Amino acid sequence: MLRIVKKPEMSKTKSTGIRILAIVLALMTAALLILAMRLNPLEVYGGMLKGAFGSAYRIREVVTEATSLIITSLGIAIAFKMVFWNIGGEGQILMGAFAASYFALTYPEMPRFFLLTIMIIAAMIAGGLWALIPAFFRAQWRTNETIITLMMNYIALKWVMYLQFGPWKDPMAMGFPKVPNFTTNAILPDVFGVHIGWIFALVLVFLTSLFLNHSKKGYEIAVLGESENTALYAGINVKKTIMSAVFLSGALCGLTGMIQASALNNTLSIEVSEGIGFTAIITTWLADLKPSLILLVSVLFAALVQGGSYIQTAFGIPQAAAELLQGMILFFVLGSEFFIRYRFVLDKAPQGEVKEEMNK
Amino acid sequence: MTTATAIVLFLQAAIVSGTPLLFATLGEIITEKAGNLNLGVEGMMLMGAVSGFAVGLITANPWFALLAAMAVGALGALIYAVLTVTLRANQVVTGLTLTIFGTGFAGFLGSRMVGQVVPETIKAVFRPFSIPLLGDIPYLGQIFFQQDPFVYLGYLVTILTGLYFYKTRMGLNLRAVGENPAAADAASINVSLYKYGHTLLGGALCGLGGAYLSLVYIPAWQENVTAGRGWIAVALVIFSIWNPYRALLGSYLFGGLDIIGFRIQGKGFPVSQYFLDMLPYLVTIIVLVAVSLRKSKENSPPKALGLPYFREER
Repeated sequence: MLRIVKKPEMSKTKSTGIRILAIVLALMTAALLILAMRLNPLEVYGGMLKGAFGSAYRIREVVTEATSLIITSLGIAIAFKMVFWNIGGEGQILMGAFAASYFALTYPEMPRFFLLTIMIIAAMIAGGLWALIPAFFRAQWRTNETIITLMMNYIALKWVMYLQFGPWKDPMAMGFPKVPNFTTNAILPDVFGVHIGWIFALVLVFLTSLFLNHSKKGYEIAVLGESENTALYAGINVKKTIMSAVFLSGALCGLTGMIQASALNNTLSIEVSEGIGFTAIITTWLADLKPSLILLVSVLFAALVQGGSYIQTAFGIPQAAAELLQGMILFFVLGSEFFIRYRFVLDKAPQGEVKEEMNK
Repeated sequence: MTTATAIVLFLQAAIVSGTPLLFATLGEIITEKAGNLNLGVEGMMLMGAVSGFAVGLITANPWFALLAAMAVGALGALIYAVLTVTLRANQVVTGLTLTIFGTGFAGFLGSRMVGQVVPETIKAVFRPFSIPLLGDIPYLGQIFFQQDPFVYLGYLVTILTGLYFYKTRMGLNLRAVGENPAAADAASINVSLYKYGHTLLGGALCGLGGAYLSLVYIPAWQENVTAGRGWIAVALVIFSIWNPYRALLGSYLFGGLDIIGFRIQGKGFPVSQYFLDMLPYLVTIIVLVAVSLRKSKENSPPKALGLPYFREER
């Protein structure tokens, strides 16, 4: 009779191997879909690679895209580590972008360095506070944070929509509903052709890793994620830990909002979040909540998105195909984790014993 | 128009707007009763909406369209079930992925249908009709019994779900699976089969809710037709404390909230439309917080909700 048994901890290389195999299987399944569209999968995947890394310009685009994804994923990872399902990244990005834009539009003539610093701080506080609302409910009354964080995405979106179509509408845009563009003072400078955010991202990968693995707070978050009871026994202030960790999570998403508004859009708009808050959930989980892996996975996913928009023009495949592929990859990886954690055992028990087992 | 007529018309419209929520909420209640927290409702609704619309557009046959919507909704649920029941993956992440996947699925299939309109033959079948006698009751008749067939189907599914949960042997078994799968297993209930069956049924209902949006409510294809309704449905499950009859009430209430902004705006009320649009989401948050404030034993979710069941680790 076939039984399923828990495996002892698997070696890192082997478990990584299984995950990579899962991704390959996902790509092969997607290839069937491409075949069904009467296209050559190799050409399409080749096109994606070309679209992502084919020229210096495209590589810069991937780095830009990856920057926001990395910072958001780091934020999501902090919350997920505590088993706080923050799926409100989108809203936190929007609120961060809103706060940064407020200062960019109100003080356009402030010296660049000061203005940018204020924008960053404001965005992080706004994103953090937006996340703090569901965190407070969860800490206080154990309210389900999954739905609340998500509902707050929509509220943030409507808020930005209100600004864009209402009080912040650019009077010079001939009735077109857009917020005025920032002055150069409010736009992040480039370093090696990509906005300076990529340096922030690298530094934050290092800092988050340090925070999660080598700080007291990081340890408390991990313990709380494992079991609230253990955390209580260990004398950890559960409410305070939840609130501070989620604030941090939201603050990183808020920073992404500032970067998106300042460096990419040069203004506030409802498209500023680009679905990064959701993609970051996938990348974070694929990276096993580890900052160093987040770096790697985010670059791959940024390439996937860039490649996706390239094949849209080259092969007429809808942009949503990239989203579909992301979902499929995560499905396969989620499924593959079973084979990392368990193994099948074939019991060669005599018939009688099996029956006895079943009658128990 | 008198105030009374205005109120009747509003309530009539609230039920229409609450019906997709009702199907999805009932679907998720059935799923959760089996101990599976499927956060992919939004994804399954979108999958159902796009498949139903596509098949309706091609065949011009309403029944094929509905069947396709339910089948594809169930297909989404099947992916979820394989991953969480058989392969024991994390339910929250799997559900989220299903929503992302479903959004991509609908965007992919729907990209060439944006702006297309539902064929007349289908529209004709789903037109509102008055139920003899009941439809003639003053006020109430107009609100409840001069509706389209989907609304009536909503009543029916609610009652059937209620009867199934509380009056049948299988319903009792189902609740046992959600509360204590080990005990259910010991009582020789096939836990995996129950989990699969009800998750699939739940997915089919979510697909149906999505199809209502694209085929009847709008009735044309637009990007992201659900606009977060799947998530409101997940919240409504908690609001209705896993009771199908309360789900009906909650769905119509939120249906009303969804359209009230538009109506008030029409009356020249001096509040921005965007703030009124926040209402359903805002009220969802308030409701969830209120529910968590007064936690009691009977209001609590199925005990094994969200937990995978391993016979070996019993």
